[in-house]
Amino acid sequence: MVDEKNKILSIENLVIKFTLRGRELTAIRDISLDLYKGESLAIVGESGSGKSVLMKSIIGLLDKNGYIDQGKILYEDYDLAQFKTENDWLKIRGKEIAMVTQDPMTSLNPLKTIGKQIEEAVILHQGLKGKSAYEKVLQIIRDVGIKDAERRYKQYPHEFSGGMRQRIVIAIAIACNPKILICDEPTTALDVTIQAQILQLLKNLQEKYHLTTIYITHDLGVVAKVADRVAVMYAGDIIEFGKTDEIFFNAKHPYTWALISSLPQLGEKGKELYSIKGTPPNLFNEIKGDAFAPRNPYALKIDFVERPPYFKVSDTHYAKTWLLHPNAPKVEPPEVLKKFFEEGRQYANG
Amino acid sequence: MANREVILEVKNLNVTFGKGKKKFEAIKDVSFQIYKGETFGLVGESGSGKTTIGRAIMRINEVTSGEILFKGRKINGKIPRDWDREITQKIQMIFQDPMASLNERAKVDYIISEGLINTKNYSSEKERQEKIRNALLQVGLLPEFASRFPHEFSGGQRQRIGIARALVMEPEFIIADEPISALDVSIRAQVLNLMKHLQQQNNLTYLFIAHDLSIVRFFTDRTAVIYKGNIVELAETEKLFSNPIHPYTRALISAVPEPNPYKERSKKVEIYDPTQHNYETMPPSFIEIEKGHFVLANEEEIARYRETRRMGVSM
Repeated sequence: MVDEKNKILSIENLVIKFTLRGRELTAIRDISLDLYKGESLAIVGESGSGKSVLMKSIIGLLDKNGYIDQGKILYEDYDLAQFKTENDWLKIRGKEIAMVTQDPMTSLNPLKTIGKQIEEAVILHQGLKGKSAYEKVLQIIRDVGIKDAERRYKQYPHEFSGGMRQRIVIAIAIACNPKILICDEPTTALDVTIQAQILQLLKNLQEKYHLTTIYITHDLGVVAKVADRVAVMYAGDIIEFGKTDEIFFNAKHPYTWALISSLPQLGEKGKELYSIKGTPPNLFNEIKGDAFAPRNPYALKIDFVERPPYFKVSDTHYAKTWLLHPNAPKVEPPEVLKKFFEEGRQYANG
Repeated sequence: MANREVILEVKNLNVTFGKGKKKFEAIKDVSFQIYKGETFGLVGESGSGKTTIGRAIMRINEVTSGEILFKGRKINGKIPRDWDREITQKIQMIFQDPMASLNERAKVDYIISEGLINTKNYSSEKERQEKIRNALLQVGLLPEFASRFPHEFSGGQRQRIGIARALVMEPEFIIADEPISALDVSIRAQVLNLMKHLQQQNNLTYLFIAHDLSIVRFFTDRTAVIYKGNIVELAETEKLFSNPIHPYTRALISAVPEPNPYKERSKKVEIYDPTQHNYETMPPSFIEIEKGHFVLANEEEIARYRETRRMGVSM
C-alpha cells in the first residue's frame, strides 16, 4: 500500500488560516498526508479539530474568510493550493473529487425531481445526452440500491425517507464519475439500522466504481467498519496515522489512547468512564509544543516547549509524540486500553 | 427484585396525534415500571415514540388513554393542584441539544432559577442564591458563572447548566432525552460520569432515552426497546444485549458498529422484516419469557423462542 506510484493525492505542509473579526485563527497547522489509490481513509477527530476544513480545502469549498497560507495539495498535474477562481475548481470538483455531506435533508434541491438532479451531474460530467443520459441515471439509481428506478426518477426529495435521500446524494456524487469520494459524517443523521445499510452501500460502490474514499467521522465504530487507514486529528494537526488495526490496537499517541479509552464499550458498568480533562486549545493563540500537552497526564517537560515530529512505529504507522523518542521514559497506556489491545491482538491471531 | 419500590409506572399508555383520517398512533398500549434509584433505558430509532413517552410523563404531550403513576398516584389527566405542583418539582428533564435548550438572552442565574421562581420554592433571595450556587458546584461549574450568558460556554458546559437547572428543583426522577448525543466523544464521558455521580449522591432515578446502544449498555440497569410505538422487548440491560430475543432487538444490536476492525469485517448485520409476524390471525401480547425479561410476541412465536433457547442455541 505504501507505494509512491499509487499516490493519488498528496498534501504537503498545509497551513490554513481564517480571519474572524480582525483576528487570525490557524485551523490547519502544517499537515502532510498522502492518499493512495483505491484505499479507504478515515479522518477521526472531535469538532473543531479541523477535519472538515482539511477536506473542504481539497475541493475548494473553504468559507470565504479562510485561506491557504502555506503548503501544497498535489493532485495529478495540479497544485490545488494555487487554485484561485471558481473556473479552476470546476475542473476538479465533482469530476475528480466529489463529496457526500452529513445532512441529506439540506443537500438536495426540493423543487427538482431526483432524476433530474442526478441527470444534471451525468450531463455535465459524463457528457451524455437525451436517452443515454436517462438510461445512465436509471442505472445509477439502481446501483445505490433504490428499487423501481423509473418511478423513483420522477419523484421529489420530500417523497423519500432520510436513508433514501442519503442514497440519492450518493447517487449524485457517483454520477460525476469521481476518482475520490469524500464522505463527511455520511451517517450521523441516520438511524443505526439505516447507517449499516449506507456504509455497506458505500463499500460496494467503492469497489464497483474503483473509488478512493475519505471518511470524516468521530465514530470509531464506523471507522472500524469501513477504513483501511486512519488519521487522528487534534487541534488542526494529524497527530497519529496508520492502518486501522495499528491505530485501534497499537496506538501510541496519548490523545488516541484517550479517545479509545473514553468509548462506552470499554467502560465497566457502575464505574467511571475514562474521560479527557479540560478542553481543546484555542486556535486563535499560538500553540507551543504538543497541543495536547495541557490535557495529557503523560506529558513530558519537552511537550510544553517543542512540537514533536513524527516518530516511526512501522512503515505505515507514525505518531507525533515525544513518548516515542529513544530517550523518553517508558510509559504504558491506561489499564483499560491494555486489555482492549490484548483482545484485539487475539483476534488478529485468529 | 420483587421488593423494589416502584417510583414510576406506565399502564396501557396510548398517545394519539390528530383525528379522523390523519390520526396517528404514536404510542400503542405501552406498560412498564421504573424502580427507585435505577437507570431505565428507552431505545429506539427516530419516530419510534421514545421521546413521546418521555414527554407524556413530563405532561407535555396529552395522554389519549392509560395511566401514568408516580409513587402510586396518578399524574396524567385532572389532578389536584398541590399534587400537580409537587410533581412539577419532583420530575425534571434534561434535553438533547444544549445549544438550543438554553435561553440565549437570559443569564445562567435566571435559567437555573426559573423553575424555583415559578414554584416559589425558596423563602428569601439569599436562599435562592445559595441554591443556585449549590447546583452549579454540583455539576462542576464555578458559582461565578451565574452572571454569564449561555454563549460564553462550550457544549459540555452548557449541558452541565442544563443539568443544574434540573437539579436545583431537588427532583427524584429525571428524564434525560438524548442528553449526550450532541456532544463530542471526550465530553460525553465527562457528562455521563457526572450524571452517574449525581445519581448516587442525590438518590435519583433516571429515564434515559437514547438511540446509541453502546451508551445505553454502559449506562442503564434495565432497557426497553421500542419500535413504532410498541415496546417489543424489556429486560435487564446485560441480559437484553447478551440474549436479545425479539428480531427487531437483534437487528438493532447487530447494526451497531463496534470499535473493533476484526469483528466488523466478519460481522453480518441482521435485517428486521416486520412482515414476518403473523399478528392478523394471532395477536401478540407482552409476555414474560423469563424472570424480568419481557418480549412482545404471540403464542406461536413464544413457543419458538423457548424452543430455540432449550436447544441451547445462543439467540
